[in-house]
Amino acid sequence: MKYLVSLLLGVVAGMSVLAAALYFNPFAAPARVSPLAVSESSIMGLSFSVVPSESLILTNDGDSMDNTHPDRVQELWEPAVRKSQAMVTLLTDRLGEPIGIGVKISSISEDTRITNSEFLVDSVWHVYLPGRGSFFVDQVENRWSYYHEIVIPAWWSSSDSWRGNWRNVMTVGPNALGTARVTGANGAFAGLQTEAVEALAAKAFSIDSGPVAITGNLTISLPGARDSDETL
Amino acid sequence: MQGKKQGASLFKTFNFGFFLGLVGTAILLWYVPVVDQHREGSLISVQPNGGNAEVFRINLPRDRILGGAAGATDPVPAGLEWPAGPLFANSQTELFKLRDRRETVVGVASRVASTDADEPFIQWMLHLPARGTMFLDMTLEPSADGYRDGRFLAGTREFAELTGNAEERFVGLREEGDEGEFDVDAYIELKTALVSLAVDYDPAEPLE
Repeated sequence: MKYLVSLLLGVVAGMSVLAAALYFNPFAAPARVSPLAVSESSIMGLSFSVVPSESLILTNDGDSMDNTHPDRVQELWEPAVRKSQAMVTLLTDRLGEPIGIGVKISSISEDTRITNSEFLVDSVWHVYLPGRGSFFVDQVENRWSYYHEIVIPAWWSSSDSWRGNWRNVMTVGPNALGTARVTGANGAFAGLQTEAVEALAAKAFSIDSGPVAITGNLTISLPGARDSDETL
Repeated sequence: MQGKKQGASLFKTFNFGFFLGLVGTAILLWYVPVVDQHREGSLISVQPNGGNAEVFRINLPRDRILGGAAGATDPVPAGLEWPAGPLFANSQTELFKLRDRRETVVGVASRVASTDADEPFIQWMLHLPARGTMFLDMTLEPSADGYRDGRFLAGTREFAELTGNAEERFVGLREEGDEGEFDVDAYIELKTALVSLAVDYDPAEPLE
């Protein structure tokens, strides 16, 4: 009996050490700098709110941390879509003026590997900017830092919330340099093949309602665009 | 002496358990996927010229998650606040649950349409969580038999290396009443016919 208890204590200790090593992994450095920061192309920036109540609609399985919006939106409860989230949101320029609509659909990726400090999400954007055109974005996001630096600290907090200043590049693929793949569909973007990154800037998070003050930014590289006003 | 020996054995057992817990959990986390997306068996038919055809269906109105358009009198979902103003006056954004031929929900689809005089378009994004996403660009006018043709513009994961075309058809199920025919139910049928990029494919000749 003593030996069994000793063995079980050892197993629990081993698992705890592994969990601590994974949680405090020094090699899992958050990505603060965008791979497009050194791009020579013009850059187009589109901002959006990640706060559910500030989106046009947000739906998921209804049990996620992000509340659905509006209240009576259909939830994605069927087995095939239960690990997915769909959001339709207004996209704004640097001055906060609405310039388009974005549809984002995300699903938790089966390539997620906790041992690699990865919590991967496959997500796609369909962006329409009236008067300019539309394009499609395919990306893989790593939300490890988001959970590690915001959600889990909020859980530990006695107030069930987190406040601070956090910024991270979420996109890690599918392109080799960790950028998203962009396919232009029509208008000024017709035939365009380029790359993009999505970043989040967080100031407040609540366990009860999810993001409280978090904004997203979709940065698209526009090769060949010579006009300085391409940079929104 | 006996107690010392037993203490050493217990320590060895603890160490064995420690490495078992450490290495065993690491191996488990590495080889056992943390995420396992639910998969419905795909109902794909192989075309004579080598393409794979698949039919999807959206039942209306129950599969509509969002029906957003400027000035809509009956928005879906209730309580939706769609942006007003001239910028969004000529566009419509819809979100649906996507079903396979067996009518099982297999994904989420978005349809964005613009009637902007300069750049009108109708585009679909079909997202199947366990497989990937298809991005389709449709023609504006449907054919005489009600089909709207489209082309596959981009895909992710399973669809990343494919090309091909698509069809959209709106089918209204009508019933005879005292005041003539009226819609009782409707569905949107989407057909995709995709082929590997390695196959010599001419977009001018749609896959059968």
